[in-house]
Amino acid sequence: MTLKLQPNFHEPGKRYVRAFTPGDDFYEALIETHRGLDDEQSAMVNARLILLLANHVGDIAVLREAMRIARAGV
Amino acid sequence: MLRTYDYPKYEYRQPPELSGGGTRKHPVVVVGAGPVGLTAAIDLAQTGVSVVVLDDDDTVSVGSRGVCYAKRTLEILDRIGVGDACVARGVSWNVGRTFFRGAEVYEFKLLSQPDHKRPGMINLQQYYLEEYQVRRALQLANLDLRFRNKVTATAPRDDGVALEVETPDGRYTLQADWLIVADGARSSIRRMLNLEVEGKVFTDRFLIADVLMKADYPTERWFWFDPPFHPGQSVLLHRQADNVWRIDFQLGWQADPETERKPENVLPRIQAMLGADRKFELEWVSVYTFQCRRMAKFRHGRVLFAGDAAHQVSPFGARGANSGIQDADNLCWKLKLVMDGLAPDALLDTYDEERSFAADENILNSTRSTDFITPKSRTSTILRNAVLGLARDHGFARTLVNSGRLSVPSFLTESRLNTPDVAAFGCDLVPGAPMDDAPVEEEGKHGWLLDRVGNRFMALVFVDDPGAVGPAEARAMVALAEAPVPVEAALVSPRGGAGPQGLRVWRDSAGRYAERYDARAGTTYLIRPDQHVAARWRAFDAQSVRAALARAIGNSE
Ligand SMILES: Cc1cc2nc3c(=O)[nH]c(=O)nc-3n(C[C@H](O)[C@H](O)[C@H](O)COP(=O)(O)OP(=O)(O)OC[C@H]3O[C@@H](n4cnc5c(N)ncnc54)[C@H](O)[C@@H]3O)c2cc1C
Repeated sequence: MTLKLQPNFHEPGKRYVRAFTPGDDFYEALIETHRGLDDEQSAMVNARLILLLANHVGDIAVLREAMRIARAGV
Repeated sequence: MLRTYDYPKYEYRQPPELSGGGTRKHPVVVVGAGPVGLTAAIDLAQTGVSVVVLDDDDTVSVGSRGVCYAKRTLEILDRIGVGDACVARGVSWNVGRTFFRGAEVYEFKLLSQPDHKRPGMINLQQYYLEEYQVRRALQLANLDLRFRNKVTATAPRDDGVALEVETPDGRYTLQADWLIVADGARSSIRRMLNLEVEGKVFTDRFLIADVLMKADYPTERWFWFDPPFHPGQSVLLHRQADNVWRIDFQLGWQADPETERKPENVLPRIQAMLGADRKFELEWVSVYTFQCRRMAKFRHGRVLFAGDAAHQVSPFGARGANSGIQDADNLCWKLKLVMDGLAPDALLDTYDEERSFAADENILNSTRSTDFITPKSRTSTILRNAVLGLARDHGFARTLVNSGRLSVPSFLTESRLNTPDVAAFGCDLVPGAPMDDAPVEEEGKHGWLLDRVGNRFMALVFVDDPGAVGPAEARAMVALAEAPVPVEAALVSPRGGAGPQGLRVWRDSAGRYAERYDARAGTTYLIRPDQHVAARWRAFDAQSVRAALARAIGNSE
């Protein structure tokens, strides 16, 4: 597997007429997850999220690629 | 007074009620001659309904308001006879650029699908739109447009509504069977009836400036996140008619509107943005806060709310006037059928259902845009900036950048007026969808599909050869027009030529109809007067069309 960098958001059973909708659904859910948290709590939530998703992806080559891109622009 | 525009001053005339004409009851009264009230009034008047429009002012929209009018709106404006004037005066654009800090992140192109009559979007100052609408309204003998007539009291009853109206000549009472309320965001009628509007107000302020510039700036939409000339905030630049440019500066909640509006504060901001040697003149400045909210119900008996009176959105996405004009489009045919006794009163409840659904979609999209543009916490800001940082190189992040999801019509998929599909289709024109345009040729003349449908129910039957339609089938199609609510059938075909008597033939000249409607021989679409799909089948069957029509006018169980 290679790291997917093209739009890939979707939800089972949902049909989209506008290309921006699935990404916006995701982004709203992400922001909602942080609602009411202070900065430190949010940083903790983000860290846990990364760990959960990393395990879900599993493929360490893919994760290395993601980590490289994430770090490169900062 | 603007340098580029002279506000028209419309004549006040003494209303008949005050000049001894008595108080007769009017079938429909519209409050508010903004883009929404005027659309409703013209639409109704064109179908033969007598309409009175009351407006407390005597000119068009003053100052910086609506700019972007979407394709769907232009199609509706075409039906009320002002589409050409708007497009001729307006500025068409289809490139948007997004910048983050000093650099461009990416550019997008608006709908560049070929073979549509109207572009994805035009930019035009709201006063032009209203001026063209007033001009059209004044041509209609059964449309009585009354300027400087302010509604001061409203008394709804079971069989109509009584209004108190104030004019320069004093007060009078007006009786209406039906009242359409399009008196804007601060709706005074809504307040008189003690109706709430619920939702959220964004705690942010925006400086909105219209600037005259003889510039070689391209006709594009430019959006900056956190630019060097306005750190920490966002800025939007848009071109309008007459070399006037709209600039929106996000100011933050702490900003003081009075101070920010002063030229000595506005001018340096704009100069910093445009560059030191660019010449410009200010047309108008104001400071706004925005809200996303709506009334719980748009229908209250014989009082029907539309436009900003019923719902408000932030302007990112240009969904205000665009969605209000679609309210009018949805309402008028239903009201006419109910007034004529051809559909049950409950049809008007579907105005509320369908347009609340659309309002929720507009509010959702404009709330999401506002949350992206003006993040509410440090974490939201970091996430937003992370998206922008990745967007230059990675497609997935580009789709997450949200500087406004520009107005598109709702797919009314949940409406009880729809007849669910019984066959499979490979396109998006599901029951409830707004129609897609396509070039069609009729009797050798080039034209557009959307110019030929609307204002009535139609059944579009796709056939390989119009000459080969059998007489019995042709009679069944023609007979649909003989019902109390007529359905006009038309044949769409890859081949031109004459069809059976009484049926128009539209040649699918570019093959777009077949493609966009996934049409093959027999494919039949039932189309509502507002150009939404009511039902579709793989074969023509008059009985099914009648059943779907009954459902589409609220007559099914
Ligand atoms: C900065 C800004 C940018 C915007 N950009 C866009 C855009 O790009 N695209 C878009 O689609 N929308 C845009 N909008 C929104 C758009 O301006 C509104 O959605 C639109 O004007 C609503 O139309 P309306 O007819 O419902 O109400 P209005 O235009 O507010 O008209 C209401 C009318 O009712 C009259 N009235 C009020 N009370 C009474 C009374 N008691 N008696 C008689 N008459 C009365 C008023 O005088 C007025 O003429 C923008 C708004 C702002 C502020």
